[in-house]
Amino acid sequence: MAEHIEDTIDDHLGDRADGERIPTVIADELHIVYRVNGAKTGKGSATAALSRMLRRGSDDAERGVRKVHAVRGVSFVAYRGEAIGLIGSNGSGKSTLLRAIAGLLPAEKGKVYTDGQPSLLGVNAALMNDLTGERNVILGGLAMGMSREQIKERYQEIVDFSGINEKGDFITLPMRTYSSGMAARLRFSIAAAKDHDVLMIDEALATGDRKFQKRSEERIRELRKEAGTVFLVSHNNKSIRDTCDRVLWLERGELRMDGPTDEVLKEYEKFTGK
Amino acid sequence: MSETTHDGTVALSASVSPDEGLPAAQLAAKYGLAVSGARPSLVEYVRQLWDRRHFIIAFSRAKLTAQYSQAKLGQLWQVATPLLNAAVYFFIFGVILNAGRGMSKDVYIPFLVTGVFVFTFTQSSVMAGVRAISGNLGLVRALHFPRASLPISFALQQLQQLLFSMIVVFAVVIAFGSYPDLSWALIVPVLVMQFLFNTGLSLIMARAGARTPDLAQLMPFVMRTWMYASGVMFSIKIMLADKPDWIANVLQWNPAAIYMDLMRFSLIEGYGAENLPDHVWAVAGAWAVLFALGGFVYFWKAEERYGRG
Repeated sequence: MAEHIEDTIDDHLGDRADGERIPTVIADELHIVYRVNGAKTGKGSATAALSRMLRRGSDDAERGVRKVHAVRGVSFVAYRGEAIGLIGSNGSGKSTLLRAIAGLLPAEKGKVYTDGQPSLLGVNAALMNDLTGERNVILGGLAMGMSREQIKERYQEIVDFSGINEKGDFITLPMRTYSSGMAARLRFSIAAAKDHDVLMIDEALATGDRKFQKRSEERIRELRKEAGTVFLVSHNNKSIRDTCDRVLWLERGELRMDGPTDEVLKEYEKFTGK
Repeated sequence: MSETTHDGTVALSASVSPDEGLPAAQLAAKYGLAVSGARPSLVEYVRQLWDRRHFIIAFSRAKLTAQYSQAKLGQLWQVATPLLNAAVYFFIFGVILNAGRGMSKDVYIPFLVTGVFVFTFTQSSVMAGVRAISGNLGLVRALHFPRASLPISFALQQLQQLLFSMIVVFAVVIAFGSYPDLSWALIVPVLVMQFLFNTGLSLIMARAGARTPDLAQLMPFVMRTWMYASGVMFSIKIMLADKPDWIANVLQWNPAAIYMDLMRFSLIEGYGAENLPDHVWAVAGAWAVLFALGGFVYFWKAEERYGRG
């Protein structure tokens, strides 16, 4: 498996030398809709639920299922070697768009085409607070699709990077005993241990103390070098400026602007009144 | 598509690409891009699942360990919980009611304890299955892996739980005078078949529960009805002794009853072949294969839809 990946990376690097631009992610008129049960009446009373069931058969709106149209007709092409920032106010559909690219949320309309399997940087959901940090490193790695050998190889690296053991042997304690900063550092370290073809990062930079933030920014630059394409969602314009060369600006689920970082950020800052 | 015109300004080469203006689907085809989140073929799906076998095992063991990690006695509860359960049944049925339900007490108490644990194995697999997707949406929406990993992992967790319970079952069976012999080896095929059946059922429940999370509220009642109809606390054959044979046969052919009866037949000395329905091994195997294959295909059919909503 590892050799196979190396081969494909070599191939791509070869392509890049020709100056040809290889698309890695293509979004074509993408729409994402969430459905929320029982949100129509505002309260989930028993009679409301019952009348909803009796009206089964009829369409969504009548059954009290509310639709949230989170992404509305977004199209773009991302190329190998790009680092793309996603900006927009809260609830503008940035995280939803990332999940759709990763194939984790089914599209209502339109399609996303990708090269290989894009991965979202984040393993929080796979980790268990009642287990030791040690077991969580293994569990998180396996959940991301790493093999046992790969994890064993990287284990020390992950622990050292997280800095968990700087203040004593904490890695053999259950994660629920960690401070929130320590837990966040370990989560980031596990997530960042894997190399990805297309990598998506959702505001992961803001965790930990200043020292750790610096270290994570460095690690993200490294990941960028190894990965084909990086997407970064952040509300921190500075970290977008530092890491991205292209920015997509989403507002109310629509793509408002797409272009070089400086241009888009200037408009965005005007929009937000900074 | 107008957005793509901005791309010329990005770091790499600024030459006009020959791909300009190509429709998305053709551009994707030209560079071999695949639709994200599309359902893989059944063969490919099985291969992906096999690649994730270490995750499936690690996840099930982690869940099992996490269960008792806050308790002072820790993992000792894995055995202590079924032991206390067995003690309660012994106290109520053996001491207070002094019930035999047509069997001698030496047969009835192990009969009851075996039945309860074997049925609990299926019951908890179903309950875990219902919540396998709907209760782990965070995981499903954050990471990419074949979704069948979750229900399979939960069924595996229940199997490990049962193996701890089996220690207690052995102790009870021996305490009532049935000693280990060659027929005890039969519990291995029985467990394998029941595990296959449970996994299939839990895959079916996982898909149903992902669509209708309300099933988690409904299932306890369904399971309790199933339990009473399967003869956990009484022998179907003895209860229906004056009715035609085929009625008892039909009730005993239900999968829960069949695995319980086979387990009792393997372990308990006084519970002989006369208590089993006709064609018992064939039916037990048929249930296992039918549900394992059917459940897997049924679950795979909705693979790309899990996590929506």
